[in-house]
Amino acid sequence: MTRMKNDRPVSRTTKGLTAVAAVSLAAILTWGVWSLPPYPDHVRTLVFEKLPVSGVENPVTAVLLNFRGYDTLIEIGVLLLALVGVLSAGPYSAPAPGKQPRPILMLLPRLFLPFIILLSGYVLWIGKYAPGGAFQAGAVLAGGGILYVTATDRRIRSATGIVKSAVAAGLLVFLLVALATLVARGQFLQYPVASAGTLILVIETAATVSIGAILLLLFVGAEPIEAYPNRDRHIEPQNAEKEDPIK
Amino acid sequence: MTVSLLYPLTGVALISMGFYALVVYPHLIRKLLAINVTGAGVFLFMVAAAGNAGAEAPDPVPHAMVLTGIVVAISATALALVLVHRIYQLTGSNRLTDESPDEKS
Repeated sequence: MTRMKNDRPVSRTTKGLTAVAAVSLAAILTWGVWSLPPYPDHVRTLVFEKLPVSGVENPVTAVLLNFRGYDTLIEIGVLLLALVGVLSAGPYSAPAPGKQPRPILMLLPRLFLPFIILLSGYVLWIGKYAPGGAFQAGAVLAGGGILYVTATDRRIRSATGIVKSAVAAGLLVFLLVALATLVARGQFLQYPVASAGTLILVIETAATVSIGAILLLLFVGAEPIEAYPNRDRHIEPQNAEKEDPIK
Repeated sequence: MTVSLLYPLTGVALISMGFYALVVYPHLIRKLLAINVTGAGVFLFMVAAAGNAGAEAPDPVPHAMVLTGIVVAISATALALVLVHRIYQLTGSNRLTDESPDEKS
């Protein structure tokens, strides 16, 4: 196999120099860790001081959804953007659906999915008091979805209305709450103390559904070629020189 | 003192290992893995720093930042994987070359 012009393997010199650079980086960072000043405590103190007005009891949830709500709002936007990027990169050759029904595999999601959804709801609810919350619950939900998709060979159509609304719900509800607080209290994402807990739960519920759907669709990718009858069924690499994809 | 240094120093080791692999291996999926290892090192470092506050409970702010960072890292990894696959589809190569596919003879 002839190699392409600029496709030489990395030379020994480069490897050696990189190793020196990596060791130096480690040394500098270690020195940095060693000479860190004492941990500044004022932010932590502030969080625990203001925890009673945040509407939740778990400090991490309070930071994520209340004190630094902006971060989480933009983060859901980033997830959505990544999904748009993945879907617009075009379909990739998904494995063909299994021809024979596999009863034992089909049984697995049927048995487990209700419990996975229940667990997701529990993780979402417990986020108010203990570690948990929208992202963990969404990840559990997406795990259940991936189990379903891989075991049953069912296709998830990203273009249907229900999938689209599930994907958009999190950002939409979050933005609506943020705009409502802007209109009612003059400050973006500044919840009233009395209803902060409820608002956070509403946002988190919508975010859980969206995060679950987005993570599942990131796994599934764009719809396979068969969904587009007018397009070529196969995208062959334009270069005949094919390399082993997992070398 | 020794245990409080163990976690940030493990993070430092992961960061340098990720950096080495990122430069040395041309395979794009290996580069992606390397970036993820580096990211894991940064997350470990931040969580360890939050635990070293010396008080009864760790600082929740870095924990929230790491949680946000993990989600962003996952979405970036998914997007990068699709782009790597697209590069493979278009060029038949799993690494980046200096020339565009049309210029090759």
